[in-house]
Amino acid sequence: MNAPLLPETASLSATLSAALVIGIGFGFALERAGLASARKLVAQFYGKDMSVLKVLFSALLVAMLGVFWLARLGWLDLSAVYVPPTFVLPQLLGGLVFGIGLVTAGLCPGTACVSAATGRIDGWVVLLGLFVGMVVTGLFLPQGASFYQSTFHGAWTLPEWLDLPYGVVVAGVVVLALVVFVVAERVERWSR
Amino acid sequence: MNTAGASRPYADPYLAGIGLGLVLLTAFVVVGRGLGASGAYASTAAGTVALVAPGKATASPLFSHYLSGQGPWLEWQSVELVGVLVGGWLSAALAGRLSVSIERSSSVGSQQRLILAFGGGLLMAVGAALARGCTSGQALTAGALLSVGGWLFLGTAFAAAYAVAPLLRKVWQ
Repeated sequence: MNAPLLPETASLSATLSAALVIGIGFGFALERAGLASARKLVAQFYGKDMSVLKVLFSALLVAMLGVFWLARLGWLDLSAVYVPPTFVLPQLLGGLVFGIGLVTAGLCPGTACVSAATGRIDGWVVLLGLFVGMVVTGLFLPQGASFYQSTFHGAWTLPEWLDLPYGVVVAGVVVLALVVFVVAERVERWSR
Repeated sequence: MNTAGASRPYADPYLAGIGLGLVLLTAFVVVGRGLGASGAYASTAAGTVALVAPGKATASPLFSHYLSGQGPWLEWQSVELVGVLVGGWLSAALAGRLSVSIERSSSVGSQQRLILAFGGGLLMAVGAALARGCTSGQALTAGALLSVGGWLFLGTAFAAAYAVAPLLRKVWQ
């Protein structure tokens, strides 16, 4: 195997067909987990139902370990996998604002889509809020462009930042995820 | 479609998470990029503003990003999100979980719930625009690739959500 199978030079129709199929899998998995339900999602933040963290961290583990081992076996070219760039300050502030919006809406941009697909009107309204929010942010962004572009570090990874081997950081994240799972189970037991 | 009350229980969160992780891994292997959602709203906004006020669209660092290449209407994440709608609908249909409703707790009215949904969406758009991604593009995808920014976003988003959750307790209980 010589992955990524569709290089950047692949035809647009092939890439977009893959986008559609991958999206179907994404939406299916989120709905199966129950994350189309705002009340179930938000219960995460009241210690009642820790599904969000369980789903997020088990998915993260599978993908992280898959990428790590496929690259190690020489089947996946890591340099051809797009790592989103790091902008430290905008991402810190963005994360804070996003988190407040998440508890207010009860859905995130991906799960809002699934919520809408299952017939929930509140899901559609979150989509509308996201669209209007992007229009407003985009129109005002030229005023804050210097902050928006600040603290740019490119495709910056934890192994580079911590100066540790890739495999050591992967193992560290596995341990962190296991701690998250144990804590999540305890919290659910206490709140029952 | 099943009748009301006959819907099946949700999947085990770990199993659903493994399924989601395999979808993400497939994305890495097939197209060399992960999942995302907020980019679809950003590109749709970019395309809309470009139709109404092209100068304003190209002047914005958020919009201009989506106006080059294949253009804002054929953005990868937008097509992927159409897939999310289809996959979410399919899963819910198979489990008898389709119903037109407004999901809210008994302590808030429908109108209040929709105002909060809209406001929450607005805030998430501001946050995702600044962070260049959301729970899918940053926390999950960038997180799995061990991006520093992805983990910063994951940490601050959850910290902020836990910090404001007590203030919104009445909304959800």
